[in-house]
Amino acid sequence: MSDATVHVQQGAAAYDLHHDGHDHDGHGHHHQSFISKYVFSMDHKTIGKQFLITGIIWAIIGGLFSVLFRLQLGFPNQTFPILETFFGHHAKGGQIQPEFYYALVTMHGTVLVFFVLTAGLSGTFANLLIPLQIGARDMASPFLNMLSYWFFVLASIIMLSSLFIETGPASGGWTMYPPLSALGQASQGSKAGADMWLISMAMFIVSSLLGGLNYISTILNMRTKGMSMTRLPLPVWAMFFTAVLGVLSFPVLLSGAILLLFDRNLGTSFYLSDIVVAGEVLPNEGGSAILYQHLFWFLGHPEVYIILLPAMGMVSEILSVNSRKPIFGYMAMLGSLFAIAILAFLVWAHHMFVTGLNPFLGSVFVLLTLLIAVPSAIKVFNWLTTLWRGNIRFTPAMLFAIGFVSLFISGGLTGIFLGNSTIDIHLHDTMFVVAHFHIVMGVASFFGMFAGVYHWFPKMFGRYLNNTLGYIHFWVTIIGAYLIFWPMHYEGLAGVPRRYLDKSIWVSFNKFASLGEMITIVSIIVFAVQLMFVFNFFYSIFKGRKVTTPNPWGANTLEWTTAINPGHGNWTGEIPEVHRWPYDYAKDGRDFIPQTEPVGENESKH
Amino acid sequence: MQTFFIVAILVLGFLITFQIAKASEYVAVIRGEERSRKQSNKINGFLLLVFLILGMIGVYYCNEKLGGKILQFGSSASNHGVLIDDMIKITLIITGIVFVITQFLLFWYCYRYQESDTRKAYFFPHNNKLEIIWTAIPAIALTVLVGFGIMYWFRITGDAPSGAMQVEVTGSQFKWEFRYPGSDNILGKKYYRNINEATNPLGQVWEDSTNKDDIYVSGEPMHLVVNKPVKLIIGAKDVIHDVGLPHFRLKMDAVPGTPTTMWFIPTKTSKQMKEETQNPEFVYEISCDQMCGQGHWSMRGEIIVETQEEFDQWMAGKKPRFLVSFPELDPSAVKDSAAAAKPLALNSGK
Repeated sequence: MSDATVHVQQGAAAYDLHHDGHDHDGHGHHHQSFISKYVFSMDHKTIGKQFLITGIIWAIIGGLFSVLFRLQLGFPNQTFPILETFFGHHAKGGQIQPEFYYALVTMHGTVLVFFVLTAGLSGTFANLLIPLQIGARDMASPFLNMLSYWFFVLASIIMLSSLFIETGPASGGWTMYPPLSALGQASQGSKAGADMWLISMAMFIVSSLLGGLNYISTILNMRTKGMSMTRLPLPVWAMFFTAVLGVLSFPVLLSGAILLLFDRNLGTSFYLSDIVVAGEVLPNEGGSAILYQHLFWFLGHPEVYIILLPAMGMVSEILSVNSRKPIFGYMAMLGSLFAIAILAFLVWAHHMFVTGLNPFLGSVFVLLTLLIAVPSAIKVFNWLTTLWRGNIRFTPAMLFAIGFVSLFISGGLTGIFLGNSTIDIHLHDTMFVVAHFHIVMGVASFFGMFAGVYHWFPKMFGRYLNNTLGYIHFWVTIIGAYLIFWPMHYEGLAGVPRRYLDKSIWVSFNKFASLGEMITIVSIIVFAVQLMFVFNFFYSIFKGRKVTTPNPWGANTLEWTTAINPGHGNWTGEIPEVHRWPYDYAKDGRDFIPQTEPVGENESKH
Repeated sequence: MQTFFIVAILVLGFLITFQIAKASEYVAVIRGEERSRKQSNKINGFLLLVFLILGMIGVYYCNEKLGGKILQFGSSASNHGVLIDDMIKITLIITGIVFVITQFLLFWYCYRYQESDTRKAYFFPHNNKLEIIWTAIPAIALTVLVGFGIMYWFRITGDAPSGAMQVEVTGSQFKWEFRYPGSDNILGKKYYRNINEATNPLGQVWEDSTNKDDIYVSGEPMHLVVNKPVKLIIGAKDVIHDVGLPHFRLKMDAVPGTPTTMWFIPTKTSKQMKEETQNPEFVYEISCDQMCGQGHWSMRGEIIVETQEEFDQWMAGKKPRFLVSFPELDPSAVKDSAAAAKPLALNSGK
């Protein structure tokens, strides 16, 4: 009982609208046990932090996998006895075995794409920012929001356990193309590991849908007074389009995964036809292996934008705040987000130019794919113009945002090579592709995520991250990212296929040994610096410099009108009313004008 | 032991960095946060400019170092490869210009407009004219790229010339097998249930008489004739593979159950390529470019491009697979004509 009293006092700042009608003790106070506050929390801010921390754990695992397979790629002839200590027969004699190598590659991709850059990125910031920036006390359904996180945990547990089963985790690549992923005889990883991968993904999709529906309904219905759609901060718009993409495309992946489960376990032939594997003639006839690729990439391509759009939105906000200037071309930014979201659905087959696709269909997809470069270019030019004649503060968040723009340009331009079917014939599935998507989708989105973490950390925990560590983190990461992925394009232009763990037997591909070593060493350094960031993150939660002002960056958006450590419900009194768009920086000689300030009589129009 | 030292050094380096970072935070508080913030602002603004300059030098250096190792423009050994190289060239020029300009502006603006007490940010929320300009310019550039791309694409994926030679390529974990149509230039039917690695590796249907002269080749290179169009008919037995021909700049998936095709004209013999690349070891390699299991990285095939005479000579030494499977029906080996007239034996493969 005394325990409960303590919590009542601790939760004194909390204001819980969902218990307004009952359980009301006259002060807006509310019983919160440890479990309901930190574990099964329905507070969007806590759920956001849960997504972030789970994402960080996954990022360490996924990143470690890449370090392991980079060891094989950089030093194919060397043995690392320590690997055998940890991984036993998977690394017999200290050498990563092929099956294990492919399992690592598969898990690296799956974990980073789905668990880190989808759940960890949009799960974190959609949860944190949507209610705070639109002026809502919480999500439309805090309960579904909580379920969304716990389905993600469930998916995580299943995926994690698949690492420890005897035949190993799925190893057919993160795309899991059948028949390879459908036939246990074809690969160790296609035994129990593949079932677990598919079930885990199904749980993940449920999580993503619960989250996405919530984000959409919250943004559409729960904006505070005066917050019209065109006064929404750009991160919210980005999260909105992200959620729409997810809601419309993830179900298609679910259907693809379920059909694959049927083929694997119930003897159906959706994807299987005319197969003789390991000397055994299979009875399946009439299926199409290519069908899966259509279903997969119908999600898979929007997925790229599900990862990228939140980063774009946050970067737009951070660039504007730290340039002390409005984002240039707000409406054009919106329009380009919208165009990207639409086009994201119409380009999936550019992953399939060499599957024997009808050439006419291919040409349509070339046109639609390269069309995406137009809204992307608009965004880049608008970001550049936002910086132009600003008064720029280089916080770590700002540096990561600038790094994002640089990487987005570099990776976006190589997309123009690959989206063109003529060039894709040559570069398809080479290291060029690996370099391209790591820069534009992987590293760039990570930069957006880091920018977000550095920028909103004060809002999340009431403390700052250590700046010096932040600067080291940024500089090592951007230099490292370019050192790792820039030269990789050359490997691709030499025709080196991706997913080759040893190129020494190839006359055409065996000339990049020293490059491979360099890349491996740099990736280890970059990985170590990410661990330093993780340390900075957890250390600063408890010991970081305290935030002393509610609005440390001098920003206009609503989240900075809350208390330094807002309780459940976000604002202790009334929800503030909004009178203007969020980007009135440097207007009429004033550094910034918060959204809550009414428009003055003599204020200039724009 | 070595690992231990590396870990120890990493941990130590990390602790030192952390202590410095922590100390700098305290110093900042003592000296006044505003002042030290401005100082670090200057440093980072300068570093961004340095990064731009060193980055551009790095791009140049990287090209110097690795540019010679890629497949050079003009080294393509097929007619289509020339088009693909051209397309890469056009794209490289356009994207190269955009890359340099935008990266320069990005980092230059960062340096030039870093925070200063003497200047105020300029309120510049939108400008429709600018937006139209930079919507139109990329749109025009992309029209050019799409135009060339689609034109080349249709040429490459169009129908093979009627006189094209046919070769069937079949992928399976982790090898390539080839089949030539023989004198009738027709590849006989196959059915996957007939496949038997010992007696009928491709599952040919022996009742189909066009199969009887088909030549099966495995464990040795595919032979092609220089300057003669060839159409590859591509399939797979177990999982998806991909016929990757880097020197011809071509690639096509091998999908079980769904045959695919790809045609091209090899324009340089293997001998020519050996001279041109000054590499006596040179071979045309077939790489598998679609993840196909644990041996994916080693799924290697070879192609020899040679003159018609050399090809004919090689072909003359080959026996149709039908006669290999049914040696008793080989007229050159079996004198007994009665045995040759025993058609019932044909069904044994089923």
